[in-house]
Amino acid sequence: MTKLAEWLLSLSFLGGVWVTLTFGLLGVALPRACWEVVWPLPIYLLVVFGCYSLATVGYRVATFNDCEEAARELQAQIQEARGDLTRRGLRF
Amino acid sequence: MSAVSRRGKIRGDEGRRDKYSVLLPTYNERENLPLIVWLLVKYFGESGYDYEIIIIDDGSPDGTLEVAQQLQRIYSSDKILLRPREKKLGLGTAYIHGMQHASGNFIIIMDADLSHHPKFIPEFISKQKEGDFDVVSGTRYLGDGGVYGWDLKRKLISRGANFLSQVLLRPGASDLTGSFRLYKKEVLQKLVEHCVSKGYVFQMEMIVRARQFKYTIGEVPISFVDRVYGESKLGGNEIVSFLKGLLTLFATT
Repeated sequence: MTKLAEWLLSLSFLGGVWVTLTFGLLGVALPRACWEVVWPLPIYLLVVFGCYSLATVGYRVATFNDCEEAARELQAQIQEARGDLTRRGLRF
Repeated sequence: MSAVSRRGKIRGDEGRRDKYSVLLPTYNERENLPLIVWLLVKYFGESGYDYEIIIIDDGSPDGTLEVAQQLQRIYSSDKILLRPREKKLGLGTAYIHGMQHASGNFIIIMDADLSHHPKFIPEFISKQKEGDFDVVSGTRYLGDGGVYGWDLKRKLISRGANFLSQVLLRPGASDLTGSFRLYKKEVLQKLVEHCVSKGYVFQMEMIVRARQFKYTIGEVPISFVDRVYGESKLGGNEIVSFLKGLLTLFATT
């Protein structure tokens, strides 16, 4: 099964449950208090997922390592390599 | 091929000594090629693993091939193999072309522009041995991994694209677009046969297909030092083609 199919399957299952509960199909009648929570649930979940995404990406950008040391090491090695290769007769 | 027969083949290979073939596709890397080769020789020499470096130059006008021939004279034609091609033809075919003459049972692919440092190769190798992994992928996103030379915008795009890909594809590897990896030779052969994408998406497809074929993936944190010479590009076109590729993989794997 492709990822697209997995998503469609899960979404249609969840959507089906939501429609059933919200519109009281199949003789399922929720108490008023529960129903008030259930019907706007997709919007809530979307907002929560959006916040989670923003927070995750923001945190990861902020903690993305800057490899200053690696860049310095590479520069030093480049000088060493140039010297050594020139000694061995390489024409750059 | 079933998982059972693949296992069998791997067992059969254990008798012989491991050899690592480094594939270096190049295009206008005259400045960088001698430096990357020097570093490879240094770190393979220190760690004692058997290796060869296969340079696949796609008709660079800057004389990359000529400098590669000089390197071959310095380091011997056992260690440096030249497999030039007439003109620029995608990365996937460069790997196939290079692999045809590879004598190693493991293949390492990396960029020749010095953004991937050979000092990580011994870590890749010990990680591979640790879990008999089919693929070991370098990752900029875990542990001590990271980047150098990226501004905030570049970091944001990279992290955002990575998050989106992780959510949609759940590939079981943290760095999808990185191209510093070690493969068992037969694994790379099979993956390249099945991958059709170009550019950034090619590397992503390789890792996604690896998961699809139930190959095991190990990860090693790497520091990615952006191109020392020459320019690195990430424009609107790259982003659009990345998204197209991502959606294609989402719908087909």
